[in-house]
Amino acid sequence: MIGEVLVECAHMSCAYNSTLAIKSIDLTIRKGDFVGIVGPSGSGKTTLLKAILGSITPVEGHITKKPHLRMGYVPQVETVDWNFPVTVLEVVVMTRSSTGRLPRVTKDERADALLVLERLGLGGLENRHIRELSGGQQQRVFVARALFHRPELLVLDEPTSGVDVRTRHEVLHLLADLHDEGVSIILSTHDLNGLAAHLPRLVCLNSEIIADGLPVDVLTPEILEQTFGAPMEVLVHGGMPVVVDGVGADIAERMSRLA
Amino acid sequence: MIHVIAGLTTPFRYQFFNNGIIVATIAGALCGLLGVFVVLRGMSYIGHGLSHAVFGGAAASAVMNINYFVGAGVWGVASGVIIGRIARRRLIGADAAIGVVTTASFALGLALLNRYGQAKKSIEAVLFGSVLGVKTIDIVAVSAVAILSVVIVVALYRAFLFATFDPEVAQVSGVRVAWIEALLMGLLSLTILVTMRVIGTLLISALLVIPASIARMLTNSFARMLWISPIIGGMSAFTGMYLSYFLDTSASATIILTGTLMFIVVYAVTGIRGRTRISGLHHI
Repeated sequence: MIGEVLVECAHMSCAYNSTLAIKSIDLTIRKGDFVGIVGPSGSGKTTLLKAILGSITPVEGHITKKPHLRMGYVPQVETVDWNFPVTVLEVVVMTRSSTGRLPRVTKDERADALLVLERLGLGGLENRHIRELSGGQQQRVFVARALFHRPELLVLDEPTSGVDVRTRHEVLHLLADLHDEGVSIILSTHDLNGLAAHLPRLVCLNSEIIADGLPVDVLTPEILEQTFGAPMEVLVHGGMPVVVDGVGADIAERMSRLA
Repeated sequence: MIHVIAGLTTPFRYQFFNNGIIVATIAGALCGLLGVFVVLRGMSYIGHGLSHAVFGGAAASAVMNINYFVGAGVWGVASGVIIGRIARRRLIGADAAIGVVTTASFALGLALLNRYGQAKKSIEAVLFGSVLGVKTIDIVAVSAVAILSVVIVVALYRAFLFATFDPEVAQVSGVRVAWIEALLMGLLSLTILVTMRVIGTLLISALLVIPASIARMLTNSFARMLWISPIIGGMSAFTGMYLSYFLDTSASATIILTGTLMFIVVYAVTGIRGRTRISGLHHI
């Protein structure tokens, strides 16, 4: 069954100081989607997410969203000031700034926040300073903040950037659980094997959409070279595509000649 | 014993001292409150710049015989608008724009006082503050700005917190970040305007930064920082002002030195924990 349309971009272009960052984007996000945007640095992944979130206005084309669509945004953890004096609970309830005006966290807000934290495996950590958490816990605090808003669409910018393998697995399992519970998800990543290959739908972006479909259809040498501008090979392991850097294989061959 | 107590209470016999210590204490607490946002946003230079810009307005209003609050207030707002316009054109960065506009305003103020004013006395009073010049209108003005600041910070607490911690996500979540920032700049300008005659142009930025930095070393909670910092600001202003009478030193300098001493003590007592907490405040 095809889900209700949450976001629809039609011939959408966005620019910074008259330089186009993304152009002629046609993309539809439906209820129940779990979409990964892949592409090299500077390909417009974050710009596309910001356009969906409404913090950038298209210069051409248009974007339409389901009326009163609730979205939760998880920024890159690398942009977070970990020294900022806030506890886990304070971070989570922040999103209710329009209703919760006073410094005091109400009983209902506290109960809601503790429920979300418990669900994400962060029970008992509500009074900890954010710096005192592990990498995986820190990432989950920001997912908790986005979920506290009860979003229909969760938007994540590079959720596995700069995290170790274990944290990456934690994030992937968490997102799969949330998707199973009915949350639609769109994320950006340049982690092809660790994250993108596991997702049900991938969009390859390099200023414009190069391909949109299942990982097995999208992760091909031709599409990847067109997207990343570098030769790549694709192997299949356990039924899943595994991307190998083509330049890396060439270097390995040259190195083996030197040995 | 009676003589000692009488000696210690001597300064309170003078109306000018009572006016000065009331304004200084409220000013210290007010700077402590707004200093939390200044420090956590990495805007320490803004306090320095705004006070220099307002100096130009203070000098111009003295020369043209216009009310200080009107003249310096309009001048401060105009400086802020010019800084914003230059920064938006992106030819130079915001920090350079602040540097150019505020130092130019400061230099113009100095030149005006040299040329038309009772230069030396006026310049010293504005640069270093003067308790002798404190009038009832100053007490009313600083109290009004303090009450306004407390009401706004409490009423918009979450929006201020969100916009300070994570402006991008705050914007996406419906917080009007630009409006919050404009409100904060407005409160900062008002604070500088009403406290400058006591604290002085040169030292006012220290009163914005020191109490908030001490509060940061003492707590990991934003909410607690918002009441610890004003208490420290008020305490250092009261103590500094009181000591200045006996030490026969400049009131504003003694206030800042008292705050600095408190900073050193807290820095030493909180040890590694405190140093880690302020390690993110690179701009200080």
